[in-house]
Amino acid sequence: MLETCQPALRMLWEMEHVLKAVSGMDGFTFQPAAGAQGEFVGISVIEAYHRARGEEKKVVLIPDSAHGTNPATAAMCGYRVEEIRSTERGTVDVNDLKSKMSGEVAGLMLTNPNTFGVFEDEILEIAGIVHEGGGLLYYDGANLNAFLGQCRPGDMGFDVVHINLHKTFTTPHGGGGPGSGPVGVKAHLMPFLPLPVVARDGDTFHLDFDRPQSIGKVSSFYGNFGMVIRAYVYALMLGAEGMRRTSEMAVLNANYIVRKLEKVFDRPKSSQPMHEGVLSAAHLKKDHGVTALDVAKRLIDYGFHPPTIYFPLPKVCPEALLIEPTETESLEQLDAFIEAMTQIAKEAGEDPDLLKSAPHDTPVRRLDEATAARKPVLRWRPDD
Amino acid sequence: MNYTPHTEADIGQMLEAVGADHVDRLFDPIPEELRLEGLDLPKGVSEMEAIARLDGLAREIQTSGPDLCFIGAGAYDHFSPSVVDAVISRGEFFTAYTPYQPEVSQGTLRAIYEFQTMICELTGMEIANASMYDGSSALAEAVMMAARIRDAQRVLLPRSLHPYYRKVVEAYARGAGLKMVDVPWTRAGTMDLDALKDELDDDTTAVVVQNPNFLGVLEPLDAIGEIVTDSAASYVACVNPMSLGLIRPPGDFGADIVVGDGQPLGLLLSFGGPYVGFFATREAHVRKMPGRIVGQTTDVDGKCGYVLTLKTREQDIRRERATSNICTNQTLCATAVTVFLSSLGPQGLGEAAALNWAHSHQAADALATLDGVSLPFDGAFFNEFVVACDRSAHEVLGAMSSRGIAGGIDLGRFYPELDHHILTCVTEKRTGEEIDRLLSAWKEAV
Repeated sequence: MLETCQPALRMLWEMEHVLKAVSGMDGFTFQPAAGAQGEFVGISVIEAYHRARGEEKKVVLIPDSAHGTNPATAAMCGYRVEEIRSTERGTVDVNDLKSKMSGEVAGLMLTNPNTFGVFEDEILEIAGIVHEGGGLLYYDGANLNAFLGQCRPGDMGFDVVHINLHKTFTTPHGGGGPGSGPVGVKAHLMPFLPLPVVARDGDTFHLDFDRPQSIGKVSSFYGNFGMVIRAYVYALMLGAEGMRRTSEMAVLNANYIVRKLEKVFDRPKSSQPMHEGVLSAAHLKKDHGVTALDVAKRLIDYGFHPPTIYFPLPKVCPEALLIEPTETESLEQLDAFIEAMTQIAKEAGEDPDLLKSAPHDTPVRRLDEATAARKPVLRWRPDD
Repeated sequence: MNYTPHTEADIGQMLEAVGADHVDRLFDPIPEELRLEGLDLPKGVSEMEAIARLDGLAREIQTSGPDLCFIGAGAYDHFSPSVVDAVISRGEFFTAYTPYQPEVSQGTLRAIYEFQTMICELTGMEIANASMYDGSSALAEAVMMAARIRDAQRVLLPRSLHPYYRKVVEAYARGAGLKMVDVPWTRAGTMDLDALKDELDDDTTAVVVQNPNFLGVLEPLDAIGEIVTDSAASYVACVNPMSLGLIRPPGDFGADIVVGDGQPLGLLLSFGGPYVGFFATREAHVRKMPGRIVGQTTDVDGKCGYVLTLKTREQDIRRERATSNICTNQTLCATAVTVFLSSLGPQGLGEAAALNWAHSHQAADALATLDGVSLPFDGAFFNEFVVACDRSAHEVLGAMSSRGIAGGIDLGRFYPELDHHILTCVTEKRTGEEIDRLLSAWKEAV
C-alpha cells in the first residue's frame, strides 16, 4: 500500500531534512512519542552500538543537575547511573568527569544549555574526554529554542540527540501530550535506529524494515505522525531566517527578564542565560518564610501561569524558579510579568500570608496533595 | 513568517536593558568555532502557501489511494462523533500545559480522572493511569511492571500477538534481561493451552494474551486465567477496547494488568498516531504502576479537587529507581476517548460493538462461499478475520487495490506459513454496499 501514502512518507522525509539541518545529525526516527521515549531510543541505540562492537559497558554518566528522565532512562536500558558533579555555574565539572570516565562507561547524557539555562562552554573538551574513553555523547535536546540557527549539537560532538517537537517545534501541548520526540544520530549509529526508517528511491519513498541491527520498535506504527505534520508546517513557515529569529527573541526575552528581576530575586550563577534563566527565592524564604511554591501560587492571582519550580534541584539551587518566556511573549507581557514578580517580592515582606494562602481566585485553592497520595482516590465508583 | 511579536524599538530597548549592543552578543557564550553562518533550509513561506502545499499533499493521497478500507491490524476505521473533535479542539484542552498547577488545571485533571474511571469500568480493573503512548508501549510497560511484581526472567508471548507489539515488548525488555517465549496457536486460532501449561514455570514473570489476537480470534480468557492465576506469574491482557462493548473484560478472569490502545474509541487513523495507550491494574500494585495518575482530594476550603498524585513512583523524584521514565503521555487523546465513551455510554458502546460483529460476520460468511477462498480459523472473532486464498495474498491484494479497495494485510509478511492468508477487518462503518464491493473484488481477484 506504500504507493498510496507517498505524500505522508515524503513529509516525514522532508521533516527529517529540517531536523538534520537544525541539529547537525545524519538520520532521524520519528517513532518516539515524547522526549522520555526519545531518550529510551537514544540510550538503546548506544547500547546496541557497543554490543555490535562486542563491548560490554555498564555505566551511564549523568550530571547531578539533570532532569529525572535521564537516570530513569539509563536504568530502563540496564545501565548503572553515576552522577557527575556540577560546578558553581551549573556546568559539568570536567575534573569529576575525567575521574569517572572508564572503559565501563557507555556514554554521557547531557543537556545544553544546561538546566540552569547556561551554555556548556567546555563542551568540546567534554566530548573529547568521553569519546577518547570509548563512550558516546547523548544530547537531551528537550528544548532546542536557544540553538535554532545558532549552533548544532552535531557540531559539538554529540552522537545522539532527541528533539521535542512539542517544545521547540510548537505542537500543542494537549494538557500533557501527545508530544513527539524524534531521535537523530550520527552515521555510525544509523543501523541501530528503530524499524522502519523512511528511505528514498529516486522519486518514490518506502519504509525500510530490512535493518538487522535495529533496536526494534518503540511505537505500534510510525510515531505520533499527526504531531509531525504540525511541526512540519511550523518549520515550513519559519524557514531558515524565521528559525534564527526565534532563537534570538527567545534568548533576548530570557535575558531581559533575568536582568530585570536579579535586583529583586537571587540569581544563583553569574553566567549569561540562554533561553531560560534561574532565579531563586532563597532570601525570601530566609527573611519572610516564603517559598518558591508560594511565589508561584501568588503569580496565578496575577494571571500568570507559574514557571517550573524546584528545578534545578534544591541540592544544586535552593528555591529555584526556572523562567522560560519563549520567543512569543511581547515586551508588554514581559514587563507585566516583571511587575507582578516585583510586587510579589514586596508582598512577601509586608504580608507573607497573602502568598502562603495563594491562589485566591481560582476554582479551587491549594489542594491537599499529601492526603491524595496517602489515601489515593483514583476513580469514581458507582456507590460513591 | 515567524511568531515573534517584537518591534525594532522593543528590541533596542531590551538590548539596552541587558547591556548588549547587538542580539548576536547574547550568543557569545557559544564558542566561535561552533557558531553557524546559516541553516541549509529554504526561506519561510506564508500561511497561504503552506496551506496550499498541504492541501496538495492531501489531494494526492485521496486520488492515488483506495476509497474503501478493510485494513485493521491494530488501527481501526471507526466512526467518531463530531462532539469528540469539538470538545478536544477547545483551547482549554488543546493547548493547555501539563497540569502541574492543579488550581488552574482542574478541567484537564478532571477529564483524566474520568478517563481512569472509564478504563477501570471497561476493563473490569480497580485502577488505571492517566495514559500511555500507545497500545504497544503500554503492553511493554506492563511486562516490565510484571517483572517488578515478581523478579523472574521468562515472559510468555502468544505467537498471535501483533508482530509490531512483540517488537516493542522485546525492545523494552532487553535492558531488564527478560526472555521471550513463544506460545503457539491452535487450529482454532486461539492460544495453545497445553503449550501454555508446559511453558509456565517458576521462572515465568508474565503471561501475555491479546484479545482479539492478531488473527482476529477471541481468546478463552477464562481458561487462560484459570491456568495463569494458579501460578505466580502476572496475567497481562492486551485488549481492543471496542470489543469490550460486547464481551466480558479480562478483569472478570483474574487479569493482573490490562492494557490496550484507545484508538478505536474516537481517534482518527492519522497514519498510525497519535493514539493512546491505556493501563489498568489492581489496587495492590498501584505503587508499581508506571505513568502519571490523577487523584481526588480537597482544597483548603474542603472543596473537591484533583491533582497529579503518587508522584514518588515517578522519574522526577525517584530518578533511576522510578517505575518508568514516562512523563508526557497522550492526554488529549485520552480526553478524546473520554468524550467518545461519554457520548456513547455503555449501551451505545454495546451497540457499536454489536454492529462491528454483525458487519464483519456478514462479510466473512459471504467470503466463505467463494471458490478458492476459505476461513482457516474456526475460533470466534470480533471484527477482523483471516481469509485464505489459493492465489498469493500479494496478487489478490494488488487486484483489489486496482479497484480502489484496501482489502487487508498480507499475513505472509509476518508468518511464513500464512503466505496465502489475508487479515481483513470490517468495522461498523462498512456498509452493505461496500461489503458487496469487497465481495465482487474478491471474485475478480481469485
